[in-house]
Amino acid sequence: MTSNSRMKSRSFRSEDGAEEKEYVGFATLPNQVHRKSVKKGFDFTLMVAGESGLGKSTLVNSLFLTDLHKDRKLLNAEERIGQTVAITKHTLDIEEKGVKLKLTIIDTPGFGDAVNNTDCWRPITDYIEQQFEQYFRDESGLNRKNIQDHRVHCCLYFIPPFGHGLRPVDVEFMKALQDKVNVVPLIAKADCLTPNEIRKLKDRVREEIDKFGIKVYQFPDCDSDEDEEARQKDRELKESTPFAVIGSNMVVEARGQKVRGRMYPWGIVEVENQAHCDFVKLRTMLIRTHMHDLKDITCDSHYENYRALCIHTMTSKMNTDKRVESPILPTQNVETEKIIKKKDEELRRMQEMLQKMQQQMQHEQDL
Amino acid sequence: MTTADVARQGDKNAQPLSLSGHVGFDSLPHQLVNKSTCQGFCFNILCIGETGIGKSTLMDTLFNTNFENFESSHFEPKVKLRAQTYDLQESNVRLKLTIVNTVGFGDQLNKDKSYQHVVDYIDTQFESYLQEELKIKRSLHNYHDSRIHACLYFIAPSGHSLKSLDLVTMKKLDSKVNIIPVIAKADTISKTELHKFKIKIMSELVSNGVQIYQFPTDDETVSKINTAMNGILPFAVVGSTEEVKIGNKMVKARQYPWGVVQVENENHCDFVKLREMLICVNMEDLREQTHTRHYELYRRCKLEEMGFTDTNPESKPVSLQETYEAKRQEFLGELQHREEEMRQMFVQRVKEKETELKEAERELQGKFEHLKRMHSEEKNKLDEKRRTLEDEMNTFSKKKAATELLQGQSFNTNANLKKDKDRKNSGFM
Repeated sequence: MTSNSRMKSRSFRSEDGAEEKEYVGFATLPNQVHRKSVKKGFDFTLMVAGESGLGKSTLVNSLFLTDLHKDRKLLNAEERIGQTVAITKHTLDIEEKGVKLKLTIIDTPGFGDAVNNTDCWRPITDYIEQQFEQYFRDESGLNRKNIQDHRVHCCLYFIPPFGHGLRPVDVEFMKALQDKVNVVPLIAKADCLTPNEIRKLKDRVREEIDKFGIKVYQFPDCDSDEDEEARQKDRELKESTPFAVIGSNMVVEARGQKVRGRMYPWGIVEVENQAHCDFVKLRTMLIRTHMHDLKDITCDSHYENYRALCIHTMTSKMNTDKRVESPILPTQNVETEKIIKKKDEELRRMQEMLQKMQQQMQHEQDL
Repeated sequence: MTTADVARQGDKNAQPLSLSGHVGFDSLPHQLVNKSTCQGFCFNILCIGETGIGKSTLMDTLFNTNFENFESSHFEPKVKLRAQTYDLQESNVRLKLTIVNTVGFGDQLNKDKSYQHVVDYIDTQFESYLQEELKIKRSLHNYHDSRIHACLYFIAPSGHSLKSLDLVTMKKLDSKVNIIPVIAKADTISKTELHKFKIKIMSELVSNGVQIYQFPTDDETVSKINTAMNGILPFAVVGSTEEVKIGNKMVKARQYPWGVVQVENENHCDFVKLREMLICVNMEDLREQTHTRHYELYRRCKLEEMGFTDTNPESKPVSLQETYEAKRQEFLGELQHREEEMRQMFVQRVKEKETELKEAERELQGKFEHLKRMHSEEKNKLDEKRRTLEDEMNTFSKKKAATELLQGQSFNTNANLKKDKDRKNSGFM
């Protein structure tokens, strides 16, 4: 190991041709990137989707330690019978240790709440495509200095823990969105499942995701030169998807500390206790380690796919437009051809009838 | 004797009589109880709820046994109902318990028609009882009553309010069955949230006019507890068939990393209250309500549909017999009318066919004539041709004979000439 490093530093020197500890200096590039990005600030758009009552808003509050939905109005069951999905946006500017983050949370109230939920994800896919279209237009515009990126980077989909696995509406939703956004499925309200049940449900959901061919967000594989501990953690992370999460708006006292949790007569559920739920894993993945990866995948694959599709449809439309112009002449031929065809048909029919009559006569003659 | 008869006939004339000794008819309730215990009891529960919400587990926990259940899939194309009947016995009381579970309720994308299957099932049970009642030879005391006595509606613990599907379904069912709403998987709601949730649910039910089953408060022995329970509806229940050791006892519970939820602990959930209300206190009342309220409503609607009324247009009471007769006459008249119609249609069709066939016959005849004519013409022509041919042949043969004769003659003359020539030549010499 050490001999290698010695060889490396020697190669620097040999490249320079100088014997001293002069170096080029591009090892500071990461620091420069860091400085610039801190100055620019980051942005992230997160979408939450799922039936109402699964704890989406509570989870968002727990993740970002704020209270987003202080005065929202929840609809009654009666009003929800024919409800359509609405899209609401909340933007927050939060700062931590000098790093600024502009966070946009997109909520989808009304999803899966009506009695008839066919195509209830249509407003959501339309919204995502709109953001892509907006960015596409901005990108192809003349003045590209201040492009605002409103594309959705990640969609947290909440699966209810009360069933045996995925339901038809879950499958259809994830399939409709898998090519447009990074879908991260979560098991909501996990405090109604014992550890055994959580394991069974996770296995079931993973199986069904494979069976239906749903493309959810995959964690990128660890680099091969990472040490064993990081690789172990990475493996654990991958095996515990989908994350079973619990959220809470309240702070309770447990084991002598104040923690976010839920108080029950039989015990206290701590949100940040790894033995109780996967909240910490989710937060780590979403914010601390993979936020940029989510953004990258959105830019590199989902947006690029959309862009390619857009360009393709535009050019094919132009082609069909051209084709529409030429048939003005052949249409006349088409008309006469039709008439000819009709006459042919009639002729054939009459011939057949004649033949039949002849046959009949022949038959009677024989008699 | 006559005064007693008169007394029995009119309630107004019933005189309370005080007894001077012990007669013994106070044992009537005991006789009734003995008889029904010998017969056995029958109870049917319908459990409606989403797949996986805990219907089968709660039934297992309630009746302290293990009914054969299997997990249903979420991908049923429409709602089905699965009924299973069990014979249970406790002390010397036999219970024929039927549990009907919904399969696939709440899973479809379009749930417009979900409630219809449940309503149809309940109506079918009422219908078969009505049929039995209207039979000529009936055996009601032996009849296995399959009408639903209690419907447990499982509400998902979202913590906010009822789902739209819940509201729609309960509205359709409240006039057909005794609905007892329960909050399932209640170990996911904390106490404060639960209180708010219950209030929200009840207010939504009231504001939408849904009539759930109220525990009866007219009997003094149970009115106090029933009124208290009416205020705790809907019951928040947790079901479990697994046992956990608490202290030195094994109790039914669910073990979590943060604690143990005991099913029979009144502080943890309302399971004990549900069991008491459903089974211990009000089971008989549920059966009675089903028979006197829901079934009677169904019967009245059905018979009115069929055209029976209690009073005819002149507001005079109409007996069932008269209505039967009237209906029967109507039916027979209709039958006759239909028969006539069919006969006429038949006759008409036959006529049409006849004319068609005649036409066809005529056509064929015409064709035949035509063909015959053509045939004879051809024949004539052929005959003529034959004759001409024969004539020609004759003439030809005559000519041939003539030429032959000529030839023969010329030959002879040639030969004679030659002979003459020879003689002449020979004569010269």
